[in-house]
Amino acid sequence: MAQVTMRSLNKMYDEVHAVKDVNLDIRDKEFVVLVGPSGCGKTTTLRMVAGLESITSGRVLINDKVVNELAPMDRDIAMVFQNYALYPHMSVYDNMAFGLKMRKFDKPEIQKRVREAADVLGIGEYLKRKPRQLSGGQRQRVALGRAIVRHPQVFLFDEPLSNLDAKLRVQMRVELKKLHQRLGTTAIYVTHDQVEAMTLGDRVVVMRDGWVQQVGDPMTLYNEPANRFVAGFIGSPAMNFADVRIAGENGGLWAEGEGIRLKVPAHLDNRVGAYAGKPVTIGIRPEDMRVARDSDPPELNIPAVVEVVERLGSEILLDVAVGSVTMVASVEPISRAKVHEQLQLAINPERLHFFDAETEAAI
Amino acid sequence: MIEGARWRRWVFFHIPLLLFIVFLLFPFYWMIVTTVRPDNELYRPWNAANYTPFWTLRPTLEHIRDLLTETLFSTWMMNTMLIATVSTVISLICGLFAGYALSRLKFPFAGSIGTGIFITYLVPQTLLFIPLADIIRNFHLGDTPWALILTYPTFLIPFCTWLMMGYFKSIPKELEECARIDGAPRWKAMAYIIFPIAVPGILSAGIFAFTLSWNEFIYALVFLSSPEQKTVPVGVTSELVRGDVFYWGELMAGALLGSVPVAFVYSFFVEHYVSGITGSVKG
Repeated sequence: MAQVTMRSLNKMYDEVHAVKDVNLDIRDKEFVVLVGPSGCGKTTTLRMVAGLESITSGRVLINDKVVNELAPMDRDIAMVFQNYALYPHMSVYDNMAFGLKMRKFDKPEIQKRVREAADVLGIGEYLKRKPRQLSGGQRQRVALGRAIVRHPQVFLFDEPLSNLDAKLRVQMRVELKKLHQRLGTTAIYVTHDQVEAMTLGDRVVVMRDGWVQQVGDPMTLYNEPANRFVAGFIGSPAMNFADVRIAGENGGLWAEGEGIRLKVPAHLDNRVGAYAGKPVTIGIRPEDMRVARDSDPPELNIPAVVEVVERLGSEILLDVAVGSVTMVASVEPISRAKVHEQLQLAINPERLHFFDAETEAAI
Repeated sequence: MIEGARWRRWVFFHIPLLLFIVFLLFPFYWMIVTTVRPDNELYRPWNAANYTPFWTLRPTLEHIRDLLTETLFSTWMMNTMLIATVSTVISLICGLFAGYALSRLKFPFAGSIGTGIFITYLVPQTLLFIPLADIIRNFHLGDTPWALILTYPTFLIPFCTWLMMGYFKSIPKELEECARIDGAPRWKAMAYIIFPIAVPGILSAGIFAFTLSWNEFIYALVFLSSPEQKTVPVGVTSELVRGDVFYWGELMAGALLGSVPVAFVYSFFVEHYVSGITGSVKG
């Protein structure tokens, strides 16, 4: 049982304001992912929760108790580091038992817990080995094991999968998810990989330059990004953006830009209407575009020239030029689009995003 | 490794290596040959018909016997051993903690203190022995082993601190952070995690410190005067060179026996020592 609360959390290094006014309520048993580009303050935030970094201002509470001044060992947390941080001179068993020994558990209990954790993680046969005799994936498991034997209140993960190769990363991601479902321990997970964030997180916190951009469950972030940054960061391939101007004509609103003339869907009229005559940014996800058929209304098509065709099997990615902007469209694998071909791309009007050109906030 | 044709490997690898080995080992060979050479061969003129500078056909242990019975060599060995060991231990302990603090703790002027310590190491002993002699005299420590046990750390501590600082910096700080989260206060994280990992670094610092104090000459020459207090380097050179008479056989025997402990220490720890210098911690 553990909630973690952050109240107006700030971190200043000499000149750099690394974390700015972060407020978060992490519920019991929740898996929260902090995601953002490098240098966005996500790791610093995690380290402040761990007690490894002093807090410049604000409060961190675990179970409604302020832990700002508490030493890391007294916060009842466990942390998994990017480089695993296994103690190289100790066997796997001793690595996992270290925390329990420090907390003066008696020997049979230590053995029982290490055994259990090793069985859960499938590293029972390596207990006598030294970390350097293990592969990357096995080391990662030991690091996880070391965290779970203590039955802590909160797990903190600092990019634990980034040192693994792509295939193993996917596999460990699934295992982490299973492990969390099984143990139900509150977890805070830091990553720069939006796919990891989306797949693992019950809720995802997107950060940039020390600010929290948006907090929400993965589908909310995907479908209703709060601003242009979140929209571009979440989703792969990334959302396409184009600068347009809103014009009122014939009783409807039109988004007009270089090579683009789109009718703003009626359900967005209220919100977009205020921007009539002003520049805005439209965002279209690659999967919301397809090669237009004759039945598609022409006011929702954009003309494009195919530059690159990427055949992925399950889909085809078309890199197209729209005016001077390059966009990516994900189309059906049966599409016969060729390089240099001129075609019309139909847009799903329900899923069009508009952003304020200045503040970048979603409209 | 040099790639390519066999002659390339010979020209660029084997032959230079061979020359290097000869260059390094020849002094030791000369020391051994001179030690076991009988006196009448030693003082034979170079143009004599049976002059054999590089070998001897009638080896003798007479010089070693003379050295051990006629001089205070065994006392000098004991003195040197005691002084080198104690000053090494003192310097290692201080260097270990100072190096840890300078590399891991955040406190004002940590960087400039680190540089300051390094600069201290650069002050030549030939300058320092004059003020140190004054201090030794004021404390009435002259002609006692304490004169050296307390002055050797003046150059050993900066050296050990600097070396340990570098080594601690090569240990990922996550290890210690992890230990602190695991429930170890800083001193336990230090004792159970950092120091055991730093063993290669500690050993190389220890070996270097031991060798430096074992070979030290100028402080030993200045601060010690009576023959029974002397260390090997000073004893051998001052007691076996009388006026312009060089007792070459005994001198070389003294040098040979005097280098045995150092060679022993090196060979014993050579593997740790190499990894200490290359500073590798493999996760």
